[in-house]
Amino acid sequence: MNARNLLLGIVAAALIALPFVYRQPYHLHVMVLILIWSFAYTSWSVMGRFGLVSLGHGGFMGVGAYVTALLWNHLGVSPWIGIPLALLAAGALALVVAYPCFRFRIIGHYFALVTLALSGIVLQVITATRDQTGGSLGYTPERTKGSLLVALQFDDKETWYLIALAVWAAGLVIWYWVDRSMMRYAMEAISEDEDAAAAAGINVTAEKLKITLLSAVMTALAGALYCQYQMFISPDTVSGISVSLQMVFAAVVGGIYVALGPTVGAIITIMLAEGLRIGFGTQAVGWDNLIYGVLLVLFIIFLPKGILGSLLERMRAPGKS
Amino acid sequence: MFEFFDVYLLEAVISGILLGGVLALIALGLNLIFGVIDVVWICYAELIMIGMYGLYYFYSVYGLPMWIAAPACIALVAVLGLLLHYIVIQPLLDAAPINQLLATGGVLFFLQSFATVAFGIDFRNLGIRLPVLAIGEMHFSFARLLAFLAALAGMVVIYLFMTRTYIGTAIRAISQDRQIMVLMGVDTKRLYLVTSALGGALAGLAACLLVLQYDVHPFVGLSFGPITFLIVVLGGLGNFIGGFVAAFVFAEIISLGGLYSDLEWGYVLAFAFFILMMFARPQGLLARRS
Repeated sequence: MNARNLLLGIVAAALIALPFVYRQPYHLHVMVLILIWSFAYTSWSVMGRFGLVSLGHGGFMGVGAYVTALLWNHLGVSPWIGIPLALLAAGALALVVAYPCFRFRIIGHYFALVTLALSGIVLQVITATRDQTGGSLGYTPERTKGSLLVALQFDDKETWYLIALAVWAAGLVIWYWVDRSMMRYAMEAISEDEDAAAAAGINVTAEKLKITLLSAVMTALAGALYCQYQMFISPDTVSGISVSLQMVFAAVVGGIYVALGPTVGAIITIMLAEGLRIGFGTQAVGWDNLIYGVLLVLFIIFLPKGILGSLLERMRAPGKS
Repeated sequence: MFEFFDVYLLEAVISGILLGGVLALIALGLNLIFGVIDVVWICYAELIMIGMYGLYYFYSVYGLPMWIAAPACIALVAVLGLLLHYIVIQPLLDAAPINQLLATGGVLFFLQSFATVAFGIDFRNLGIRLPVLAIGEMHFSFARLLAFLAALAGMVVIYLFMTRTYIGTAIRAISQDRQIMVLMGVDTKRLYLVTSALGGALAGLAACLLVLQYDVHPFVGLSFGPITFLIVVLGGLGNFIGGFVAAFVFAEIISLGGLYSDLEWGYVLAFAFFILMMFARPQGLLARRS
């Protein structure tokens, strides 16, 4: 255990020290993206690992990004207040959609389809309110001059790297916290058999709502961070069905049952997208998603536990059996 | 009070009914697949999108006459449905249902980006101008009326196929009891393939009808995909009649919502209605409350 803590400390120190030693802006940019998306994918897998497959997380991410940006541009509300409000909005949305779903036993296919529609609807709302949100052309939060803490805008990549790193680490801590909590046992029982779980005294609706709220709020935070970092959001990059599927895809590729699985998924998908972009330039438009699509199908058929999940299982198997 | 019942309202109501026909056709295809194979094709709208491109290429680019182009388009999507089942669903038949759903999500990604890569992101249309019918002060596009009638005809053909033919009867039987039918010596593999082809053919028909009214682009599926899923869930997955009724209810909401503001708000209204209905009738529109 001590050796493990030591290793953890070294890795953490190395990750924190990285931007001060290595300052190549493009590589730092890619790493910030990986960290933010890893956090988003981890948020999805917090509930996805219990068989609650939501395809509505694109919607939550869109709410997080757009509410923060709209409050800043139209009302001048600092993101420090705007982000909590955005998280509240995403939580409220999750509650409104998830409560009837859970209360009336909409599970499995049905739940996935309802949430799929949710992410489609959020996209429609953003497009419909084009006078305020810029519609499908995208939206830019107003720039301040230089870095400003109040506006949560920083010109240097190092600051953003550290922020993203902290949030990503917090995501992992939450993942572990759920993993160790009673909630995990309750949720596992529910995913096996809802009736039996209810008979054992688990409040099925409440447990599912708790984990969904947690996951939705985390996802909205990822959306808000993405917005503040990129300073440009469009309905296609932060909301809608493709973003939802992208989350599911990355989490499945990395492995949804292990803490670092979504992170591995994010590394693979973003490296693939960036590699294609650099290698083929504008010709690569569409090819990254083409490859994602094929990979997703292949992974679900041949490696449903994901890369990291299968690897860890293989490493542990000889010792145990 | 009297302003409310104006001619535009009536026009919107009738447009809603005409839209409902095509939505009902799409819902029927999805319900057929789910009812028989127990799989939801998330990429159904994308199959339709490919079909729309198919008709565009057959008719506008290769210059085939419509009576060859439309059946060719339907056949093309039927083959796609067959392939989808054979390549993606068949290996996953014993996997968790959610994995099947996610795999078709991967196909959605694939088809969308395939269309982007192969056809580009430009909006295309057939370039056919169908006449506009004027009844009194109301105007209806002929394309919509044609789509409505063809959708109804398609549904009647499916109904006859399911009730009058041997394979149709077998398909209905297997949707009632999956285990027993195998014991009765029914080749489920073949039936699943037939059903997938049938589901694909319905998507192909819907594609032919939609491309008459709308431009096609790689993301066109996203504009009607979510609403179809709401329809089949509200109607009760696998419930043909429920899907039919729900399609018209939603079409009216979208059409009337679009009358008072943008079309997008019609969709939002439909979703709000869906959430409300979830409280009232969680098992679907036609289910009796237990």
